[in-house]
Amino acid sequence: MATVLVVTSGKGGVGKTTSTAALGAALAQQGQHVVVVDFDVGLRNLDLVMGAERRVVFDLINVVQGDAKLPQALIRDKRIDTLSLLPASQTRDKEALTAEGVARVIGELREKFDWVICDSPAGIERGAMLAMRHADAAVVVTNPEVSSVRDSDRIIGMLDAKTAKAEKGERIDKHLLLTRYDPARAARGEMLNTEDVLEILSIPLLGIIPESEDVLRASNLGTPVTIGSPNSVPAKAYFEAARRLRGETLVVTVPAERRGLMGRLFGRRAVA
Amino acid sequence: MALVLAPETPVEDWLDALDAQISRSPSFFAGRPVVLDLGALPSEQPDVAGLLQRLNSRGIRIIGTEGQHPSWQGLEAWAPLHASGTRPARPIDVPDEPRPAPTHDSTSLLIDQPVRSGQSIVFEKGDVSIVGSVASGAEVIASGSIHIYGTLRGRAIAGLTGNHRARIFCRRLEAELLAIDGVYQTADDMNATLRGRPVQAWLAGDAMMLATLD
Repeated sequence: MATVLVVTSGKGGVGKTTSTAALGAALAQQGQHVVVVDFDVGLRNLDLVMGAERRVVFDLINVVQGDAKLPQALIRDKRIDTLSLLPASQTRDKEALTAEGVARVIGELREKFDWVICDSPAGIERGAMLAMRHADAAVVVTNPEVSSVRDSDRIIGMLDAKTAKAEKGERIDKHLLLTRYDPARAARGEMLNTEDVLEILSIPLLGIIPESEDVLRASNLGTPVTIGSPNSVPAKAYFEAARRLRGETLVVTVPAERRGLMGRLFGRRAVA
Repeated sequence: MALVLAPETPVEDWLDALDAQISRSPSFFAGRPVVLDLGALPSEQPDVAGLLQRLNSRGIRIIGTEGQHPSWQGLEAWAPLHASGTRPARPIDVPDEPRPAPTHDSTSLLIDQPVRSGQSIVFEKGDVSIVGSVASGAEVIASGSIHIYGTLRGRAIAGLTGNHRARIFCRRLEAELLAIDGVYQTADDMNATLRGRPVQAWLAGDAMMLATLD
């Protein structure tokens, strides 16, 4: 029984694509068959973050429009063989996605994989609506900033109203993934704290991912952080989030950056 | 669909034939509504009560009669006897228009989940109660009062249709805007000491009054 999961946020730049790649890889590393689908037609990024940008031949639009078969467009990851990518098109725009075509592709993916993870574009327009349309569950990626929280709230309302499940009167599972969490800034009260975000959004917490060099480096190298630095703090948080998605109950820990002695001595470089 | 029974004289012979029919198929009359056609009976007064009793004892459910002579007495007693059945025993007036579906014409609206950013709850028939919070960028509009058992971070607009006595209640005030009957206050106008407190708002003349509830 496949689960279609949409990774969404409303706001851009909060870490949807990074989290899609890291969660997808984490689930695949736990033995699940996973496909990550890039719905950001026209501004595709997931192929870069997954390190597959030179292997893209056919894309989601080709499959939706019937120009290519699904197996032709799927790119299997070279590091984890249960992980696949369905890339977006960079040359088309979101108008090329049809509702019937997306429904058909998601239906086919459901038969091949345990997890179909849809990386939603930012915004609340057509692309984002189609990405969430067939979801069974949603990961709402939120930064502890007021603008991000309000946009996430808007998206949660749409998940409860505009998805196929919601229109049938069912509820879709919604999980909050708090990303780019900066323990130092949180301690100084410069960010919304976790309790505030949870109180405002009132959906269960899937995990807290600290702002980290490891994540930024991983994205630029085309290696999801759960593959590139599996022992780092953010990778561990993604692994735990993946286990929670699979139904395990784990206590969420608020990450505190652990620095070595040298890190504490030479923590910040002075501005020249 | 109703069955029609037409008793003939002599009634005794007719009842014997009826019994033979019932013995062949005992459940033939079970639960079936039966109309009694009395047109074949002689026009002098028959034993109405006796006939009814004898049909009743056979489990036959009479829902109406036809063909009776206007001078006969006692038939009117039949209908009430069977009024407890599942079908009406007397002709009923069929209304010309279909009756409107039973609406719970409620003067209040209950929302038992959070009102999310971008959502708008509009209720023009009375009060709105919300069990949950109203997010920043969401709005609740009511012709009556608004009760929020959570944090009000968005807008609450009460007394929409000119109800001067409408009020706004919330468990925690973080509102962007409050309005009652066209009189409004933005967050900047509100007394800062009320932020984060349980608050009610009402109108005194053209002034909006705010006070804590605790």
